[in-house]
Amino acid sequence: MAGKSEPIAGEHVAIHPKAGQIQLALVAVALVLAVLAPQFLYPIFLMKLLAFGLFASAFNLLLGYTGLLSFGHAAFFGGAAYFTAHAVKVWGWSPEAGLLLGVLGAAALGLVMGAIAIRRQGIYFAMITLALSQMFFFFCLQARFTHGEDGIQSVPRGHLFGLIDLNDSMNMYYFVLAVFAFGLIVIWRFVNSPFGMILKSIRENEQRAVSLGYSVARYKLAAFVMSAALAGLAGGLKALIFQFATLTDVAWQMSGEVILMTLLGGIGTLAGPIFGAGLVVTLQNYLATSDFPVTIITGVVFMVCVLLFRRGLVGEFFASKLGRRLGFRAQS
Amino acid sequence: MRHFLLTTAAVGLAATPALADLSDGKVKIGILNDQSGVYADFGGKYSYEAAKMAVEDFGGKVLDAPIEVVTADHQNKADIASNIARQWYDTEQVDSIMELTSSSVGLAVQALSKEKKKITINTGAATTELTGAQCSPYGFHWAYDTHALAVGTGGALVKEGGDSWFFLTADYAFGYSLEENTGNFVKSQGGTVVGAVRHPLASTDFSSFLLQAQSSGAKVIGLANAGMDTQNTIKQAAEFGITQGGQKLAALLFTLAEVHGLGLEAAQGLNLTESFYWNRTPATAEFGKRFKERTGAMPNMVHAGTYSAVTQYLKAIQAAGSDDPDAVSAKLHELPVNDVFAENGKVAANGRMISDVYLMEVKKPADVTEDWDYYKVLATIPGDQAYIDPAQSGCPLVK
Repeated sequence: MAGKSEPIAGEHVAIHPKAGQIQLALVAVALVLAVLAPQFLYPIFLMKLLAFGLFASAFNLLLGYTGLLSFGHAAFFGGAAYFTAHAVKVWGWSPEAGLLLGVLGAAALGLVMGAIAIRRQGIYFAMITLALSQMFFFFCLQARFTHGEDGIQSVPRGHLFGLIDLNDSMNMYYFVLAVFAFGLIVIWRFVNSPFGMILKSIRENEQRAVSLGYSVARYKLAAFVMSAALAGLAGGLKALIFQFATLTDVAWQMSGEVILMTLLGGIGTLAGPIFGAGLVVTLQNYLATSDFPVTIITGVVFMVCVLLFRRGLVGEFFASKLGRRLGFRAQS
Repeated sequence: MRHFLLTTAAVGLAATPALADLSDGKVKIGILNDQSGVYADFGGKYSYEAAKMAVEDFGGKVLDAPIEVVTADHQNKADIASNIARQWYDTEQVDSIMELTSSSVGLAVQALSKEKKKITINTGAATTELTGAQCSPYGFHWAYDTHALAVGTGGALVKEGGDSWFFLTADYAFGYSLEENTGNFVKSQGGTVVGAVRHPLASTDFSSFLLQAQSSGAKVIGLANAGMDTQNTIKQAAEFGITQGGQKLAALLFTLAEVHGLGLEAAQGLNLTESFYWNRTPATAEFGKRFKERTGAMPNMVHAGTYSAVTQYLKAIQAAGSDDPDAVSAKLHELPVNDVFAENGKVAANGRMISDVYLMEVKKPADVTEDWDYYKVLATIPGDQAYIDPAQSGCPLVK
């Protein structure tokens, strides 16, 4: 074990010579499917999937690539939903400006929470983020502008850049898809930059990164703020999609749900959190009309995944022989 | 043969006009509520049963078209509720959605239904906003709201001798508004409010708050909180022997289902307000027993309210001769509500269904003669006094 830095146990598999092209083709297929999907599936449902997919991807940026388990991401997601909803409804801002405010608000929250929380590691880090996000929850519960239990309702979607009517669900879908794609490209770029490499090195061995001369705290804080901002983008988007912002999105259960999504899909993979989010949202939606209690079924699915697919659904595929032949890498 | 064909054609023709006015040859009602979370007993699957009972009692058909009831669990999340409601309207030809427990869900689905021109009848949410500033020409609110609960418990209890109050209030907007509304009714009836203490939402230890309330000497301790908080307060109050000490406990949002869950040992002596009690008249008792046969539990005001809402909706379709939302909404506003739930109930211009509410006291275990016979009805509060005057509600639809 010592010395060898082979991340995945098992025999060596030669990467397929055309692996790069196959990966590109897979992305292209996914893109085509995403463009055509509203013809077959219900647009609002798809938009919700994309919003949660982005949220889980933002969370994964922190857990999967930096190794920080935050238990307070609901604050950024739900907080941004409130900021966007308030700006668009009460101040009459355009949707894109409202989204931007949501992102900036979430980033500011992330800066404050991150600056406090990154001083500790592991379980202490998770507990501090949970405590801070609960503080924010109680702020939202009591603040006038959030309307407590009623939530901010009937948020107008408005016109994008003053031109495109977002009340049309197809326009809205493609807007959400564009924002989602933008968010993913940002994450991909971030992860595959020298900066992302340093984050991974912190994840693997923090002491060694320090000894190499990196200011680990700053890198962690930057990743935290980045993740919070992207979670905020997802939250603001959700407020526009559903036209309301409620306490559900800032409650601690939401922080738990995003962990569930990321783990089910596979941490440290770009596609994993999106699949995980899709699975959880689909279960919540389609089991709603069944006779079984939804929470129990999601719990069972989670247990099965933990027992059988420890790397998550996508993570397990990436780690398989076929996945490795196609040039994918999964975390152990 | 020719004769037979003619008759069938004639029958077909005669039946067509009625059917033609129904959007898709049938009436579909959705019951959307929390079936797995904290409100699962408050409404839950029992509301779905109540709706099915209403359809069966109506004969299963309206204007010769079949009636279907569908249901879904929104898990207390407004986004899931909104998603399901949209899908029901857009792809499953659901004509109206009812129950809609919890304020954020109720407001979200009512706003959506206003945009889609579909009828909603809310029997599960408490907020007066539904028929206030956010009212809708297609939105109706049945069964209860925070105002009626405050008038019932606050106003009527003073007449029963509870003239000095101390509030134990959940520290957020819902708690404040309950405390403020109730306090106002207490004062308007000549009572006094001697003090209040705020507790954080979802507390587990109420002992210090209860001791303050006990030492205040107030005759009534008002619980301006909800759900688990109320249940925990009542349990711990029983341990302190507060009701045995002569003070009354008044819960502001508590129903038969929660009393049953808590048990009479802890809940005895509690005052609360509901708009329905199964053992009030022979008709309500008959309904209650039929309901219990199906579900194993007696109905509370949410279940009976859902039964009433579905029945009234079907009556409105019959009277309008169509399921067109505008025509049905007009009939719902116009027709009096007379069923097992309400006597001479009426629907105001803001969508509020106004019927009597009752101040109850939970019996001592020794006084209970039959199963589920938990309440003594202390007072009847006429609907006009219980609910906000529509002209003052802030609803733009009221001229």
